[in-house]
Amino acid sequence: MKTQITNILLVGVGGQGILLASEILAEAAMLSGFDVKKSEIHGMSQRGGSVVSHVRYGKEVFSPIVPEGEGDILFGFELMETYRSLSLLKPDGAVVANDLKISPPSILMGNDTYPAGLAESIKARFPDFLLVDGQKIAEEAGNVRTANTVLLGAVSRRLDIEEQYWMQALEKMVPARVLAVNQKAFLEGRSL
Amino acid sequence: MKEILSGNEAIARGAFESGCRVACAYPGTPSTEILENTINYKSINSSWAPNEKVALEVGIGASFGGGRALVTMKHVGINVAADPLFTLSYTGVNGGLVLVSADDPEMHSSQNEQDNRNYAKFAKVPMLEPSDSQECKDFTRLAFELSEKYDTPVMLRTTTRISHSKSVVHLDEPVTGLPEPKLTKNAAKLVMLPGNAKVRHPLVEERIVKLSVDGATMAINRMELRDSNIGIITSGACFQYVREILPEASTLKLGMVHPLPHNLIREFASKVERLFVVEELDPFIEEQVKAMGIAVTGKEIFSLCGELTPDRIHKAFSSIGITTAALQTPVTETTPAKMPPRPPNMCPGCPHRGVFYTLNQLKAYVSGDIGCYTLGFLPPLSAMDTCVCMGASIGMATGVTKVISPEEQKKVVAVIGDSTFLHTGINGLMDMVYNQAPATVIILDNRITAMTGRQDNPASGFTLMDNPTNRIDFPLLCKALGVKNIRLIDPFDLEQTRRVIQEEMNRPEPSVIITDKPCVLVKRDGVFQREISLEVTEDKCVGCRACLKIGCPAIEWRPGDGNKGKAYIDPLLCTGCDVCRQLCKFDAIGRIK
Repeated sequence: MKTQITNILLVGVGGQGILLASEILAEAAMLSGFDVKKSEIHGMSQRGGSVVSHVRYGKEVFSPIVPEGEGDILFGFELMETYRSLSLLKPDGAVVANDLKISPPSILMGNDTYPAGLAESIKARFPDFLLVDGQKIAEEAGNVRTANTVLLGAVSRRLDIEEQYWMQALEKMVPARVLAVNQKAFLEGRSL
Repeated sequence: MKEILSGNEAIARGAFESGCRVACAYPGTPSTEILENTINYKSINSSWAPNEKVALEVGIGASFGGGRALVTMKHVGINVAADPLFTLSYTGVNGGLVLVSADDPEMHSSQNEQDNRNYAKFAKVPMLEPSDSQECKDFTRLAFELSEKYDTPVMLRTTTRISHSKSVVHLDEPVTGLPEPKLTKNAAKLVMLPGNAKVRHPLVEERIVKLSVDGATMAINRMELRDSNIGIITSGACFQYVREILPEASTLKLGMVHPLPHNLIREFASKVERLFVVEELDPFIEEQVKAMGIAVTGKEIFSLCGELTPDRIHKAFSSIGITTAALQTPVTETTPAKMPPRPPNMCPGCPHRGVFYTLNQLKAYVSGDIGCYTLGFLPPLSAMDTCVCMGASIGMATGVTKVISPEEQKKVVAVIGDSTFLHTGINGLMDMVYNQAPATVIILDNRITAMTGRQDNPASGFTLMDNPTNRIDFPLLCKALGVKNIRLIDPFDLEQTRRVIQEEMNRPEPSVIITDKPCVLVKRDGVFQREISLEVTEDKCVGCRACLKIGCPAIEWRPGDGNKGKAYIDPLLCTGCDVCRQLCKFDAIGRIK
């Protein structure tokens, strides 16, 4: 087994389902035999604030926090939050982001505007950038609420965890009544 | 069998494996999820207490009755529970008692970042500090054993990073063969009158010396010798960061941070060239090592404020020329786009919003308290002037009226949530009535302890284990305290809300206003009712922005390209609370047809 640690950062807005996605990811890593740690702060962030979740796996993991500039993959649930967290990535890190914009209070109130050209700036700095229309693919898979699972599928392609462990993790963490549609969404994402 | 558990989940599991009978707490970030997980184990009687002092007293009673008891709280909760804690140290226990203090370095969700290791020293009780979820479970088990072996309460200290991080935990079976709890009498040990307490105090001092000596051979205090140039004494989350950043350094990992194992520290210090202490917040270990006459570096290079991270430890060691495991230089910002911040906000349909909008309009001096409504401080509501600790709003309102003019007294309003009022606000109201302070109290009764994640409380009508129970009647309670002016309002009716608050502010007597709309996050059927969403009729909207003044996340300003901008309501987010409609003078907002 490789000794190096794989560092994944999941970023977005409180309430988007980031914790569940990071739990599925951690579970899949454990099932495939890795040591795994994950960290995020829940508290005030639940009320629509920025959320950053750290997931690390490898032979032996010490710190649950990814050191700045050491991230291998940035998994963005929202465009501005993805951009905000770019400094956490390695220079040759990969970005997989949902093409979704959620306005914070200052923009809702008309005091600010949503920054333009974020996708282009991310691409310029991180050539390995996949922008996914998660909602559209999720809708095609049968349920618009599986957008996160589509993204997780796209992220899974970049990780050394076999498909069977992802499927097992989904089975454990996702409610049975929506499992089938989530599995479909995951595989759609995985084929991107 | 192994599972990925958070530190809090692992503590609950550890309590279960220890044969714990009673778990009691007042919710508080980052400790809340411990009791939300003990309810999964039917052998544990889990309950929310109205405050941390009561929670500890319930635990003490269970312990005196011979059962093992777990009591959990956030760091500032220990301040509330300190009174029983300090004398519990003298009585000792019958069944083991473990008190979890979940500290919050960096104040992710707290009003201060006090270092509760000081409490262990102050109360003369042992304190264990786990470094990951496996240790959270193992140390909880050990804490129960130590508690009974040394006849002492044992504190288990976590930090936010330990409580909320998840890692792999190997599960074990629960212990068997614990004695069955039953009433026993031992007044000389358990009645702390001066005569008895004078006998107990020397035993407390002997106990802490014995624990320090025994600590040198406890497996949780572990010396790992690697490179002898650098030796680091550390504990908790910092141990993990040190192993990551300085994998070659020798470490003395302390699982018990009070009392310190002096012999082991001396031995470790003699085996390394340069000795460091890596600890968050206070120089708690460092000062004691220095008092032993051992040269050590600590807070000269580490901050007294905030939590430590791998990056901060890396920077501290780099500042004195010690190179650490290669960290990539952080990517520098090459395209600095302007990034608006994303602060937390009250939910769409939150019953607090209209009250704070009104308090802002009335230019009230708002004595605030702790809960979701503390967010009323943020713009555009901007209607909170003070916030110190749980339950303080009413006492502070009374105090400020004692020093200002009668005209200014009319401005003073205390706001407090249902759970916070029952926590420690009720005493403040007793005082306000007793001493006749002419201030207004608004009890924001949303039927739940919302900020920490919607926990039940004595006014929600349900227990932690989801059993229906008595629901406190706030008007009747206030009447019993002697409040003469008690008003109920619908906080979604802005005209009524404004009129009633204004009337009570003008009244030169104590008065209480109670709001009666539930939190939108209450899951229980029939409590929160979503109404038909509202919409903006575009032709009628003149772009005056009046509806934006309540800061509702469902309302968005849409600039018109060249034309006048207009408001838009997201029908998926809107709960139909109707507050924004009442602000629109142009009749542009109405229910979706």
